[in-house]
Amino acid sequence: MPTPPMEAPPAIELLGIDKSFGTVRAVKGVSLRIESGTITGIVGENGAGKSTLMSILYGLYHADAGEICIDGKTVRIEGPRDAIARGIGMVHQHFMLIDSFTVLENLVLGAEGGPLLAKGMAAARAELARLGRDYDLNVDPDRLVADLSVGEQQRVEILKVLFRGARILILDEPSAVLTPQETDRLFRILATLKERGVTIVLITHKLREIMAATDRVYVMRRGEIVAERRTTDTDPEALAELMVGRKVRLDLDKAEAHLGEVRLKVEHLSLVDSRGVRLLDDIGLELRAGEIVGIAGVTGNGQTELLQVLAGIRAPTGGSFSVCGRTVDRAHSCDPAEMRELGVAHVPEDRLRQGMVAAFRASETSILGHHHEPPFSRNYIMSNPEVSAHCAQLMELFDVRPRLPGLRSDSFSGGNQQKLVLAREMAHEPKVLLVGQPTRGVDIGAIEFIHRELVKSRDAGCAVLVVSVELDEILSLADRILVMFAGRIVGEVEQRRADERTLGLMMAGAGAG
Amino acid sequence: MDDALSLVFVMLAATLRVATPLVLCAMAGLFSERSGIIDVGLEGKMLMAAFFAATTAAVTGSAWLGVGAAIVAAEVLALLHGFACITHRGNQVVSGVALNILAAGLTVVLGAAWFARGGQTPSLVGEQRLMPLFFSKAGDNILVYVALASVPLTWWIVSRTRFGLRLRAVGEMPLAVEAAGISVAWLRYRAVLLCGLLTGLAGAYIAIAQNAGFSRDMTAGQGFIALAAIIFGKWRPVPAFGACLVFGLLDAIAIRLQGVRLPGLGEVPVQLIQALPYLLTIFLLAGFIGRAVAPKAAGIPYEKER
Repeated sequence: MPTPPMEAPPAIELLGIDKSFGTVRAVKGVSLRIESGTITGIVGENGAGKSTLMSILYGLYHADAGEICIDGKTVRIEGPRDAIARGIGMVHQHFMLIDSFTVLENLVLGAEGGPLLAKGMAAARAELARLGRDYDLNVDPDRLVADLSVGEQQRVEILKVLFRGARILILDEPSAVLTPQETDRLFRILATLKERGVTIVLITHKLREIMAATDRVYVMRRGEIVAERRTTDTDPEALAELMVGRKVRLDLDKAEAHLGEVRLKVEHLSLVDSRGVRLLDDIGLELRAGEIVGIAGVTGNGQTELLQVLAGIRAPTGGSFSVCGRTVDRAHSCDPAEMRELGVAHVPEDRLRQGMVAAFRASETSILGHHHEPPFSRNYIMSNPEVSAHCAQLMELFDVRPRLPGLRSDSFSGGNQQKLVLAREMAHEPKVLLVGQPTRGVDIGAIEFIHRELVKSRDAGCAVLVVSVELDEILSLADRILVMFAGRIVGEVEQRRADERTLGLMMAGAGAG
Repeated sequence: MDDALSLVFVMLAATLRVATPLVLCAMAGLFSERSGIIDVGLEGKMLMAAFFAATTAAVTGSAWLGVGAAIVAAEVLALLHGFACITHRGNQVVSGVALNILAAGLTVVLGAAWFARGGQTPSLVGEQRLMPLFFSKAGDNILVYVALASVPLTWWIVSRTRFGLRLRAVGEMPLAVEAAGISVAWLRYRAVLLCGLLTGLAGAYIAIAQNAGFSRDMTAGQGFIALAAIIFGKWRPVPAFGACLVFGLLDAIAIRLQGVRLPGLGEVPVQLIQALPYLLTIFLLAGFIGRAVAPKAAGIPYEKER
């Protein structure tokens, strides 16, 4: 007698998962079901609880309540060890790789195959070669991880998961650090894995990737699953609306730029650090009043250093730049306070460490750099009422929530922190505005707002330089796009002639040609 | 010719004698620091171990029981350090300094209470001490050989074993170790315990092999010199061993030069010579050794849930 066809149990089933950090309920009674051999996307804004949920599945956090079923069986996952034993592997947003180790050493960590390394390492080397052939994931086993590109490091992470025999692969924001080409390659790898029966969970906030790679998508908002869709039945606008909970406009209305005088002129600028590494190499650029120039590039190609030099945080070791009539070079350096006096405002990339003092009240953050000026300070004495009033006004203007000038700066969400920093920098009507990663860790609603403010500032005649690793952001904001690679500017494109493919090739160092 | 040879032999033996506690201590600190736990308490552990070694040897008459007691004493302090820094994520430097102060005070108080000799233990003789094995003049007791063996052994453990791989990993990036399904705390406790074992041997050596009894503060900063040796050696066993030998040689020269009139200079002040190892430490640490890259996670308490 033929056995009746049985429906395969789902690879993962979560039932009523709940998790709080202190008083914040990060995940609220989430249930979801992920079918075996599919690619499922979990999409949501920063802080929606996606990563927390997956960290629970991987055993890094413990759920306060709820049940986890793997292949139809209820399991207890006390730690990553249990998760690995159940065939779950995770590629974290911040790679869990040890820079000073070789690829092979990273691969075997936790699966060494005995108390002595020699035997296990030899076996792992053979296995690595096999995996590399099977999945087109070739990486030299003897190279140091520190010397690998980010894309290669990610491949090592995936290899690590496969090496442990995982059948369920969780990827947390895998494309955050990749060029578009590397992202495409990643998705090809994922497709191969899916063919071989691996179940894949993709956590991302990039809707385009959800559309490109997944079979099914769950949308999370404020710790809850608010929707489940088949990818073919939905579109980015609908998903964005579900994520934010209201209609969102993904495109940005922008009038033609009215170019004014040159406010910032950079010539042959270079920066060599104390170890002799050339961080900036012969940079030249011009920034005019009334335009937004965007600098695209993969993290770590000198954008951070360029902003630091232009903001006066580091002195150039060669070349010069002139800003609002003042020339800065090796012999005539300029500190950030002088830069501010000249009318240069700076929204740093690392908001929490350079943009604000985490432990300060919002009101104090709102005057940093201007704290010595009246009316905030007279005769070396701070006037708290004035500071609070100023902060309250900025919060109103930039819609910072909650509107509490007395709250610690790091108690605000990423988006609200950024709005506060931006409000501070824009409050003094700068002539030049330097912005690093304007929307890193910022929710969609605030992204819209910040982009509009930057464009407003441009239209008011400010010269704006935006550095971002989010290519979409550069494409929609900038009037002119420069691409940085290995400390050099390798290409320049007008916005209307820019497309993702050519920019991506430049970002990977394939040259402007 | 014979004179020169015997001088070389004497200097070599003296260097090894002086370097032995440094080597043991440096290997001890290396295990701890490679796991990400900074240990400025090497000195305190060694002092405590020296005291209990001398006390036990004096009371029981057995040098070997002295060594055992030294190890137990050092392990107790090591576990305290682990409890403060690993379990309770305390500040590692503060905990280490506290242990040093505790050891400096406790040894004197207990010594005064038990033996009433102003903090000293009775002089040890015969079976109460570890005696030279092969060359009576060289002072080559068993712990000198243990110290010599500890260097290749440490190298082998750190670079060739599973434990070593995990140890190096946890000192660089504990989160990656956790994510690989390995317990960060247990790894670090094992490293700290190894550190206790080796500092215990170092302390025993000072009290019952190199000297014949305990006197207050007898470790005289050697724990810190060992710490410096670890840094010169860039947290690698063999170079750290080399640094210990340099310190040992300096010390041996210092002892030899005392009271000697050098041509053109006259009698070299004893104080200057004794200060030589410390001066060298400052000079070298001030940047003559190039960039020393410490284990990345050293000194940072590991917290999983933010």
